[in-house]
Amino acid sequence: MECSDELVSLTFCSKPDRLKLLRCVIRDAADLVGLDDESTDAVVLAVNEACMNVIQHGYEMRPDGRIDVTILQETDAMVFLLRDYAKPVDIAEVCSRDLDDIRPGGLGVHLIKSLMDESAFLNLPAGNGNLLQMKKFVKRKGSE
Amino acid sequence: MAFPVEEKDGFAVVILKGEVDLNNSPDARKVILNCLKKNRPVMVDLSAVAYIDSSGVASLVEGFQYARSNDLDFGLIGVSDAAMSVLKLARLDQVFHIYESLPERVGRGN
Repeated sequence: MECSDELVSLTFCSKPDRLKLLRCVIRDAADLVGLDDESTDAVVLAVNEACMNVIQHGYEMRPDGRIDVTILQETDAMVFLLRDYAKPVDIAEVCSRDLDDIRPGGLGVHLIKSLMDESAFLNLPAGNGNLLQMKKFVKRKGSE
Repeated sequence: MAFPVEEKDGFAVVILKGEVDLNNSPDARKVILNCLKKNRPVMVDLSAVAYIDSSGVASLVEGFQYARSNDLDFGLIGVSDAAMSVLKLARLDQVFHIYESLPERVGRGN
């Protein structure tokens, strides 16, 4: 049986300056779990990128959107649930771009997929926003 | 936060510091493009960058593209480990001109 333990959840509005607060919380949660430095940097960047996508594309830079982030600890992983209340994401449009196509923007999905072990949108009833789950298997400090 | 620009050895050196994210990357973009639009060769100093996300990287890519289109020098100097790891993930470490310190200018641009 997989045992999930909620570490922390936070709700913030879709203002870019809130991302710094989010990163601090993720870093502390990763420290609590004992994640090694490389994995900590990875989850901090990946969740930041996911929230940034919500702010830029979901809420189109409007500052009054709501974002909920819940961080769970499983036996062998950290799980991040990102909930927004924006228009539904078109899954077909969410894909990594060709890195040989050098242009500003469009890197977020590539970074999330590269840095997280799993990421997927979970089903929600229509009109209820989006729920993205990201999972990082735990490599603890001092382990090989 | 305003990112400072220093004139050094013929380059406009844009100094990015701390955490470069969606909150301040528009400032970084503006400073970099302002220098390039004055036909200045630009080096972006990333030695004091503790964190950079894809919006910060996009500012660098925009500078790179503008410089390439206008035949101006553009490069990165003193790239911190934190910044380099993101550039490598995006495979941009193979695209940007990256130097440990200011290179010598070779009679290109102004």
